[in-house]
Amino acid sequence: MFDYSPAPESKDLVKFQASYGHFIGGKFTKPANTFSTINPATEQVLAEISHGTAKDVDSAVKAARTAYEKTWSKLDGATRGKYLYRIARIIQERSRELAVAETLNNGKPIRETRDADIPLVASWFFYYAGWADKLDYAGLGANPKAHGVVSQIVPWNFPLMMLAWKIAPALAAGNTVVLKPAETTPLTALLFAEICQQAELPDGVVNIVTGFGDTGAMMVGHPDVNKIAFTGSTDVGRIIAKQIAGTDKKATLELGGKAANIVFEDAALDQAVEGIVNGIFFNQGHVCCAGSRLLVQESVQDVVIKKLKARMENIRLGDPMDKNTDIGAINSKEQLTKIDRLVKQGVKEGGEAWAPSCVIPKNGFWYAPTIITGVSPANTVVREEIFGPVLSVMTFRTPAEAVAKANNSQYGLSAGVWSEKGSRILKMADQLNAGVVWANTFNQFDPASPFGGFKESGYGREGGRHGLLSYLKGSN
Amino acid sequence: MPTIDPEAVVGSRITNQSLSRWLHSLPGVDKVGLEARTASLGTRSIKTASKAWALDMAIQMMDLTTLEGADTKERVRSLCLKAITPDPTDLTTPQPAAICVYGDMVKHAKEALGKNKIHVAAVATAFPSGRASLPVKIADTKDAVNAGADEIDMVIDRGAFLSGNYLEVYKQILAVKAACLRKDGTRAHLKVILETGELETYDNIRRASYLAMLAGPDFIKTSTGKVSVNATLPITLLMLQAVKDWFDQTKIQIGVKPAGGIRTAKDAIKYLVVVKETAGEKWLTPKYFRFGASSLLNDVLMQRQKLTTGHYSGRDYVSVD
Amino acid sequence: MRLEVKKTYKLFIGGKFPRSESGRVYIVNNHKGVFLANVAKASRKDVRDSVVVARSAQSSWAGATPYNRGQILYRIAEMLEGRREQFVAEIRELTGKSEKQANQEVDSAIDSWVWHAGWTDKIDAVAGNMNPVAGPFFNISTNQPTGVVAAFAPQDTSLVGLVNTIAPAIVSGNSVIAISSETLPICAVTLAEVLETSDLPGGVVNILTGNASELGSWLASHLDVNAIDLEGTSNAAELEMLAAENLKRVIRKGSYSRNAAQGSLQHILDLMETKTVWHPKGH
Repeated sequence: MFDYSPAPESKDLVKFQASYGHFIGGKFTKPANTFSTINPATEQVLAEISHGTAKDVDSAVKAARTAYEKTWSKLDGATRGKYLYRIARIIQERSRELAVAETLNNGKPIRETRDADIPLVASWFFYYAGWADKLDYAGLGANPKAHGVVSQIVPWNFPLMMLAWKIAPALAAGNTVVLKPAETTPLTALLFAEICQQAELPDGVVNIVTGFGDTGAMMVGHPDVNKIAFTGSTDVGRIIAKQIAGTDKKATLELGGKAANIVFEDAALDQAVEGIVNGIFFNQGHVCCAGSRLLVQESVQDVVIKKLKARMENIRLGDPMDKNTDIGAINSKEQLTKIDRLVKQGVKEGGEAWAPSCVIPKNGFWYAPTIITGVSPANTVVREEIFGPVLSVMTFRTPAEAVAKANNSQYGLSAGVWSEKGSRILKMADQLNAGVVWANTFNQFDPASPFGGFKESGYGREGGRHGLLSYLKGSN
Repeated sequence: MPTIDPEAVVGSRITNQSLSRWLHSLPGVDKVGLEARTASLGTRSIKTASKAWALDMAIQMMDLTTLEGADTKERVRSLCLKAITPDPTDLTTPQPAAICVYGDMVKHAKEALGKNKIHVAAVATAFPSGRASLPVKIADTKDAVNAGADEIDMVIDRGAFLSGNYLEVYKQILAVKAACLRKDGTRAHLKVILETGELETYDNIRRASYLAMLAGPDFIKTSTGKVSVNATLPITLLMLQAVKDWFDQTKIQIGVKPAGGIRTAKDAIKYLVVVKETAGEKWLTPKYFRFGASSLLNDVLMQRQKLTTGHYSGRDYVSVD
Repeated sequence: MRLEVKKTYKLFIGGKFPRSESGRVYIVNNHKGVFLANVAKASRKDVRDSVVVARSAQSSWAGATPYNRGQILYRIAEMLEGRREQFVAEIRELTGKSEKQANQEVDSAIDSWVWHAGWTDKIDAVAGNMNPVAGPFFNISTNQPTGVVAAFAPQDTSLVGLVNTIAPAIVSGNSVIAISSETLPICAVTLAEVLETSDLPGGVVNILTGNASELGSWLASHLDVNAIDLEGTSNAAELEMLAAENLKRVIRKGSYSRNAAQGSLQHILDLMETKTVWHPKGH
């Protein structure tokens, strides 16, 4: 028997402070009003974090405004770019430390943070560093202007990566920022603040305020903020859109999704099965663009499900710090409860849930990768975003039926299409109401590639030239 | 031993047309997806006890190979002695599965191996090119079988495959398989080399795998080791998927042998991970998985030494063969 | 008093530093007329060898991801910055420029590398696009590197002109044979050393010191060169005539300023080809 021995990465690669204040005006404030942040795989406390108050938010916005007026807007693009290049380089230098920190605070496997998250963080900064002195080519004419001060709120599923998606283009375009990481995953943002210091970024250009939803609401509502960028749930996105209605504030919103992953009978089946697994089980399914609905052509339903189940038996669930772990911990007790509730609802409505046998560790929050078959567009598990490693399976007979079912959602973030026929793929891409269409692949991200949704998945794009536009005046 | 009815599998009488239809109806292979899956499996971290197990298994799965024009009786004898005692400093070291030589060297190998359990595999059928008439290729095979070869590694006719003459490829395999029968009713074990480097595309490699499996060999093998692209991890993953699907369909278990270009213990362990997570544990035995290699053995021995002693070894502490 | 170890000034071909196969050198004096160095004088055979090496290196350079090329170009800027004192000293020795002027030139050279590094993964975002044709077709135009570029750096600057001649060529995945200024070749060789320590694959940039007029006709008429940049030549019209034999893409002398801290997108595009692909859409 070939059993893999434990292969743990070393926790010593990162040292957290006992407690953290906010990062405002280039300095850390004294910790106050603190709450604990934990490792969801073990429930151990990692550090104490400050809960941002109205005064903290105001302080941060003032620092951002001062930096914008006095320093940042007076620098030429080439110089802004060089700061971003410095940040990118330091991220590369500290990449292993950042990967360990992210795994400890988020619960996702070290292999993912090491091989996916952190490299994308570095490449996002590298990419946008190169735009800073080329804004004339953004598509808004010569000399486009920044908005000014931007409030950015990022979620817990890809903490540092979402921070990079927000800060890099904002700074490249000439804005200054106040960013709030999610309450359960603040640590890599605080390490990023240290990186800003190492890069000698001028004070106040980047400010990090930690806290909960109320802190975020204050950042959105502050009168001296010109633009909001938010990634998170559709519910909160809706609140923000209402909050800024009638004001001059611009917003981009990256919200939820319920993507259809469509497998045609002429797909490269083994790769399609990999794509299904990658689409919903990568990052424990905590992905807004997860392929959470499998639409499989009826003629190949049996072989696909059979291969999928066999493949799922090889998924390794466990200690996120073990280099061989595929699925890590669920980020919080709240999220675990939600996933469990929805799956039970799915079974109650007539679906059949199946999971491979997984040894579930004692402490921490865990959910085995699960598929629910025998469900249809009317069922809760097909309509609602579960945000966990749960795949709902439906069938279709014709391309038209696949399109209708795929589009039958209030969301429209992403979609997957699996077929060896080019003309079919391109026609599907035309017809699918999704901001990102992945053909014969899934969950591909690149700083050069615009990402964002239709409908209630939000508006605005991140990545590419399009991702720059939302940080410049003359665009939404 | 279970057998299949090829006509039942293909769905009609075996003609070039029916074979073509059958092979071209197999699902395609997406190159980017296949290579990404392989790369991901390559990140598995195999340490301590699992590493020790893997290193020992890798040795047991080796077909220790010498296939040079300059081979002589003494050269073959020296390699056989190495196979019998791979590491004189550690007599717990397991032995490889087989020695692999040209047909006219089989008698020397048999003599040198004596009563050891190590098999003698012979390459045959105008290896490596396969460019000779069928009678010549059969005579080549019979010579090796008569000299005492336990296993025959044949090559398919790539020219026939690439020009769509699938029936020719199939018939040649059946003919060689028949030539493996001995007078006493036993038969030499047959491995079919696809020469994946010449087939180039993954779609071709899947089709060639199925065509070969239809003829009922014991193993399908990637390469001769004599062309610029030999065994690779994605190709091997693809072939393991093929044998797994074949088993699900027919209950017949066929082995896989990657050959050529596998030089380090690290590589060999990656292959074992691919076997485990594709075809499964049933293939993790020399009966169903082999490495065609030569310099690999010493690197595995050095890794083995490091696990025992705790420090890195060197060239002087493993024997030249 | 300690005796200095003097540097040898050789060609840069295929990532290595060979002398000219002709064995020739020419004397370079400093701005005071005092002997500075014997610099290799490239011959037509060096040109021939460079083209072979450049061609051989080009397809894998073009096949690297744009991100990877950007990383390498940025590293070149890092290495240049690290050696700026040496470049400043060389410029001053050769031209008599003041410290301030020499530093300005080095600043511009480094910043221009950084500017170019940022283009590798953006060219198609700006100059490529979908084409809205009147039919059920997916139709896209992208830009790919032209191949092997022969480029003559301006005669009147030591460093910044050469940088603004090499960088626009290699950003997109071309390989280049660059002929340095004849009278100001010293920084070219130091630049070659910088390139060699920057993870740039050998053969992507080749730098030949020597006489542009002598080498010009061999490069302009070479059938395995795809494009030619005539900036540093004195017989540009004649060379353009020779280049026409295999329809090389030509950048005429004076097309682009070469002294600034940034280049020109059009210069980059002049050394690329547009490819348009059609594919039907339908179930």
